[in-house]
Amino acid sequence: MKSLKAQGHLFASSDAQMEVLNKSDHEPFDSKLKDVGLYPFKPTGIDIFQVNLGKMCNQTCKHCHVDAGPDRKEIMTRKTMQQCLDILAVHDIPKVDLTGGAPEMNPNFRWFVEEAAALGKHIMDRCNLTIITANKKYNDLPQFFAKHRVEVISSLPHYTSLRTDSQRGDGVFDRSVKAIRMLNEIGYGIEGTGLELNLVYNPTGAILPGSQETLEADYKRELKRRFGIEFNNLYVITNMPISRFLDYLLVSNNYENYMQKLVEAFNPNAAGKVMCRNTLSIGWDGYIYDCDFNQMLDIKVKSTAQHLSDFDFEGLNSREIEVNQHCYGCTAGPGSSCGGQTS
Amino acid sequence: METYYKPEDLKKFGNIGEFQKKLADKFFDYYGEVFKEGALTGREKALIALGVAHAIQCPYCIDAYTSDTLEKGCTEEQLMEAVHVAGAIRGGASLVHGVQMMNQTKKIMM
Ligand code: SF4
Ligand code: SF4
Repeated sequence: MKSLKAQGHLFASSDAQMEVLNKSDHEPFDSKLKDVGLYPFKPTGIDIFQVNLGKMCNQTCKHCHVDAGPDRKEIMTRKTMQQCLDILAVHDIPKVDLTGGAPEMNPNFRWFVEEAAALGKHIMDRCNLTIITANKKYNDLPQFFAKHRVEVISSLPHYTSLRTDSQRGDGVFDRSVKAIRMLNEIGYGIEGTGLELNLVYNPTGAILPGSQETLEADYKRELKRRFGIEFNNLYVITNMPISRFLDYLLVSNNYENYMQKLVEAFNPNAAGKVMCRNTLSIGWDGYIYDCDFNQMLDIKVKSTAQHLSDFDFEGLNSREIEVNQHCYGCTAGPGSSCGGQTS
Repeated sequence: METYYKPEDLKKFGNIGEFQKKLADKFFDYYGEVFKEGALTGREKALIALGVAHAIQCPYCIDAYTSDTLEKGCTEEQLMEAVHVAGAIRGGASLVHGVQMMNQTKKIMM
């Protein structure tokens, strides 16, 4: 499968996506925030520096909000990474969250992790698992992660191959299980080692996710029983109606129902806890966004500091967060963020 | 095309209160209460609802409880097993009347 960009698809443009999202007559998200006293939407701090190291990926998952894939060439340069490190060195931002694409495919990935770890930051890597088995040069990633106490966060949309492969591609489930085994072998996901392996569930279709607690119990039981593998926590995430998932919703004639579900499930408590309130998202080219979703929709932060070169902690910490209709994906039911359900 | 069942009507279920509010309110309160976690989990109740939906062949309930069971983390296999339970009970209900047919046959035949 090719990325939308390589296909020359309409949704390679964020404007086309925004047009679809704003065509329906659902209540505007900002007015929903006004109703619950959360508008203007402000950060509560900057605790997480989420860095998108590039759009290149060894997979082409059907729901990918990044439109990542092997054909994407956008990748963060060492110079931009150094700008990130310079900022991290002088500001009290405790967590660095690495994402992509497959962040490990960035040629400077290991250097960046070493430098960020030397600054005493807690590092999270959004690892798609299969990259570990994709090529010999990645086989020692588990050891590298362990050396720097990197928290590994990995998508596994289901504990059956049918569901996982239908979203992430043929054979992905088996290779993911193999990678989890390699991580387990050196202590990842095993109670008491302090090496965290957290899995991510997201629905394989136009449905909302169920309870994180119940699904985590299912995953723990089934993965142990069927494959003898372990992990720490399950983060349950809602699919955002953007990019390839938006395309899927429209093609499968599920868009209106799905949006309706998201809007009806708006939860003010979850709205107060969305990740943009304590996160900054950095694009591969150094531009700054409220979150990875806004990044993919090309909605930059509302601030004079829109690029790392103009970084201004105070200005960014008091910015107004840019919201739009896709934000309903973060506030439905128990809420959804990069760390799972929020309320 | 005019059809008796329209998928969009499911969203209008709540409107039945327009003609008789008191009874609708009582029904929806009761409905909500029934599906809360209790001695049975929400997931168990949703699977029962899916089976019953097939037994009574209500297309609205089939759509609603297919989504609900999937959202609650059930697998395709579990959904189909619930439908088979409905099928087995329906089939069994017909077949067990075979005894009545046999009784009647024996009564009226030499
Ligand atoms: S969802 Fe993750 S693993 Fe899949 S294509 Fe996108 S970036 Fe790659
Ligand atoms: S989509 Fe981004 S900006 Fe919108 S609520 Fe979610 S995290 Fe915040």
